[in-house]
Amino acid sequence: MIQVRNLSKTYNGTTVLKIDALEIPKGQSFGLVGNNGAGKTTFFSLLLDLIQPSTGNIMNNEVQVNNSENWKPFTSSFLDESFLIGYLTAEEYFYFIGDLRNQNKSDVDALLAKHEEFFNGEILKNKKYLRDLSKGNQKKVGIIATLIGNPEVIVLDEPFANLDPTTVSRLKKIIKNLSENPKVTILVSSHDLQHTVEVCNRIVALNNGVVVKDIQTSKETLQELETFFAV
Amino acid sequence: MIKKFLYLEWKSFIRSASFSSNLALKILLGFLAVLYAFLLLMLGIGAFYGIKEMNLDPLHEVNTYLIYYFLIDLAIRLLLQKIPVMNIRPLLALPFKRHTIVNFSLGKTVLSVFNILHIFFFLPFTIVLLIEGYDIMNVIFWHLAMISLVYTNNFLNIILTNKDNIFAFFIGIVLIIAGLHYYHFFNITTYTAVFFDGLFHTKGLFLIPVFFLISLYYYTFNYLKNNLYLDAGLSPKHEIATTENLTWLNQFGTLGTFLKNDIKLIKRNKRSRTTVLMSFVFLFYGLLFFNSNSHQPEMMRILAGIFVSGGFMFTFGQFVPSWDSSYYQLMMSQNISYKNYLSSKWWLVVIATFISTILASFYLFYGWQVYLTIVVGAIYNIGVNSHLVLLSGAYTKTPIDLTMSKGAFGDKKAFNSSTMLITLPKLVLPILLYWLGTFLLNPNLGLVFVAVAGILGFALRDKVFTKIEKIYKTEKYKTIAAYKQKS
Repeated sequence: MIQVRNLSKTYNGTTVLKIDALEIPKGQSFGLVGNNGAGKTTFFSLLLDLIQPSTGNIMNNEVQVNNSENWKPFTSSFLDESFLIGYLTAEEYFYFIGDLRNQNKSDVDALLAKHEEFFNGEILKNKKYLRDLSKGNQKKVGIIATLIGNPEVIVLDEPFANLDPTTVSRLKKIIKNLSENPKVTILVSSHDLQHTVEVCNRIVALNNGVVVKDIQTSKETLQELETFFAV
Repeated sequence: MIKKFLYLEWKSFIRSASFSSNLALKILLGFLAVLYAFLLLMLGIGAFYGIKEMNLDPLHEVNTYLIYYFLIDLAIRLLLQKIPVMNIRPLLALPFKRHTIVNFSLGKTVLSVFNILHIFFFLPFTIVLLIEGYDIMNVIFWHLAMISLVYTNNFLNIILTNKDNIFAFFIGIVLIIAGLHYYHFFNITTYTAVFFDGLFHTKGLFLIPVFFLISLYYYTFNYLKNNLYLDAGLSPKHEIATTENLTWLNQFGTLGTFLKNDIKLIKRNKRSRTTVLMSFVFLFYGLLFFNSNSHQPEMMRILAGIFVSGGFMFTFGQFVPSWDSSYYQLMMSQNISYKNYLSSKWWLVVIATFISTILASFYLFYGWQVYLTIVVGAIYNIGVNSHLVLLSGAYTKTPIDLTMSKGAFGDKKAFNSSTMLITLPKLVLPILLYWLGTFLLNPNLGLVFVAVAGILGFALRDKVFTKIEKIYKTEKYKTIAAYKQKS
């Protein structure tokens, strides 16, 4: 589904990301782990054409992302709060995204109903604009919004951060369900090794912008990663 | 401790995101400030002799109109003067005394241009009074009273700044008083002039404004100090939100989706709301030109035509796409093509221009020729300026902070003086065309020229759009990067 070739990103002579080749097949749930500054967000930003690659390119379903906009209809993402429109209520935001992804109101309503538990009664009909929600609740809105319109590629940057323990376990359930769908490729980045190992069937570890581990998840994966990062 | 604050101030000044990019603009604004100071200075000196020539007592005349002077000053301050935003939150937990923090932020306002400018009027006027042999003590006391009143306004501005629509309230008061005065129903100056004259003639009366100022300072000080808590003055204000579906816009498809969003953007953010209100003022701009006893040159009429219908474009449109800056990454990665995004903004501007043109139909009162000028202005706005606005938008990289969720210390002023400055290039071409037509034959030919330019621009719309889209695409990454750093 996603092919990375000779990709690198350099700022003022410092290379922050360098991936020579990476292939993410369709239907995979792909976990990206690494320390701060390892290049996780840079990689996702490149994938979403929010920054320009210094060399190389990324193909998303045969579309080169920095040349064509045709990857947009089947890709959805939530990197941070700047993906939220602060002056909308949660419902309005969901309908807005729904409109953009050609979903009518009842489609969106059905999806929201499905995830009512995830919202824990704090999001919908709350009489608050998104800008006034707490960080955790904002994140909940952003994550569910990525599910609108049956996207084939879902990109979530640090989805577990800022969430309370209950919501984290609910989110894991959602991601696991998604990964069972062979049409959906899901990319998740995290600092949290355990969460990532639990929900992803493949883990790539980045360190200083370079891929240092690429493993299919097994029982030993967590141990292996912990050893690697415990320096 | 003050030294530490000054250090922070200096750092925040030179490291602000807009400092380097807008240096030219700042110099220009600085120049304007100097110009106004000079004008006030001339006014201060000239007022005395000017009034004297009319065989009136200068001091009394000035005293008569001071009430308007101070009311308008307060209104202008409420609109423009910014409350010094100190980054207070991180200071709270550090070993700074609370009263030092408050005193420093209040002290900063004392040095504001909005206060200094008045001194350029009152000081020379006072000196002229002294030269002309007015009683020294009286003049000095009067001067003290005036300065106190200037600073009273300064602190009133701080206290009132959190009240919504207070600016409109004061403008309303001024208009009502002035209207009653003009039509001889009620002349407020007959009462206030007594007071202002008294400040000069009656010994000790000047102490009233001085004491008022001192108590106001204490009030403001206590007000801010008591609000210096995370859950009080520094807490974000939460509005009660209502979900609006605006389903009637669904019939416009993708365009409707964006329009819905833009309507909410305008309604729910103070900054955009004020901007749109400002654009209504443009509607009345033509009154300056078309009034029979105005002495504007003929070719400036087309300028009025363009301003009247283009208010929204010049105030709001100017900052497309900065209005979306806080969620620009979403717009760039969602299922939106650049073309759709741009054309939705174009339509927004065009619809607003259209509405303005209809609202401006009251100009028919001045005759067909005048309204025709406005319609031609609208055609030019839609055909040419709307594209220019989008084009300059591609290079606009100043993020707009929509959130007004700051407390008593927050900067909530929405009006930006640079808006006017960027506007100028869009006006030169129609003036030239109009002038050419007038020069060759008559104003009607001038109107035809301008209208043809507009229609040409409209006809080439698709081509122009493709060009603009390309520019947006090449500028995309820079724009995203610029919007990411919060101003």
